[in-house]
Amino acid sequence: MSDIKLIEVKEEILSDNDAAARELRETLGKEKTFVVNLMSSPGAGKTTLLLQTIAALKDRFRIGVIEADIDSMVDAEKIRNAGVACVQLKTGGFCHLDSRMVKQGLAALDSPAFDIVFIENIGNLVCPAEFDTGAIKNAMILSVPEGDDKPLKYPLMFSTSDALVINKTDMLSLSDFDIDILRGHIGRLNPGMQLFEVSAKTGEGMEGWTQWIGEQASVFIGHNLL
Amino acid sequence: MHELPVTENILKIVQKHAEKNTVRRVVSITLDVGAMSDLEDEWMQHYFDYLSRNTVAEGARLIIHRVPIVLRCNNCEKAFEIEKDEIGRSRCPDCGAEGNFSLESGRQYYIREMQAE
Repeated sequence: MSDIKLIEVKEEILSDNDAAARELRETLGKEKTFVVNLMSSPGAGKTTLLLQTIAALKDRFRIGVIEADIDSMVDAEKIRNAGVACVQLKTGGFCHLDSRMVKQGLAALDSPAFDIVFIENIGNLVCPAEFDTGAIKNAMILSVPEGDDKPLKYPLMFSTSDALVINKTDMLSLSDFDIDILRGHIGRLNPGMQLFEVSAKTGEGMEGWTQWIGEQASVFIGHNLL
Repeated sequence: MHELPVTENILKIVQKHAEKNTVRRVVSITLDVGAMSDLEDEWMQHYFDYLSRNTVAEGARLIIHRVPIVLRCNNCEKAFEIEKDEIGRSRCPDCGAEGNFSLESGRQYYIREMQAE
């Protein structure tokens, strides 16, 4: 005779990561290190945008990078060649970063020595949206060739990010991407989201984005370095 | 996809409760998963079966309840349910506002209860 009993569990499945992320944000507040989590599809121009952002800010801020691109040292080398410290995380086949991995990356980088740390998350619009990395701000990059309908397909990613960088605007004339349609979708999903239209390749529109990063970092670390 | 870390956590929490309640075998686990999640029931079960081999939860069935996405209109305060693929083109059914909504529900990953013997 089996005796089946009902056990009340009542637990959040991802509470471990959420708690670790909150703890990490507290630590970053004490260290005065502003961490930005960059998320996008592969090929959206994340590394190029990051290199241009570093070039614009590195004279005023001490910048570090945590690179999580899957099994590739290429991006980390490009970042180091730009003259900033970079830690490459070995993420193997993982589809996202969690706060534990970011904490390890920050420790390897010696994060208190930096004003801004950028995390280049794994190229994927699904999984990284579910896992709080402990970053202070989340930004996503959407490139024009991906299309203006992406918020309909990946609503969680668009609703969890603080800023959206629309990259490759130099390709707008070649596509039917409609920025107003995209703005409409964003207005419904995440009305507080900051939008930046840039071409990291030509540099057009980049100052709005880098100014925003500089301002947010200055507010977080408590003095204006801009 | 991230079925693996999610199912790993389910197993960890279930094992903790199994130990606390001194059970012999976990039969089923009832979950609330928000409709914003891209995880498929079939794959969650598949990963769970793989991870739970030789544990107290081996063979347990995941009973997954999908929690609907609920938005609240920041204009008129009305809450309304919506399908995931409609969320980017939603409109408030009450006041007709075409934006400025807050996500009230739909991101859950929660274990309600488990049956064990």
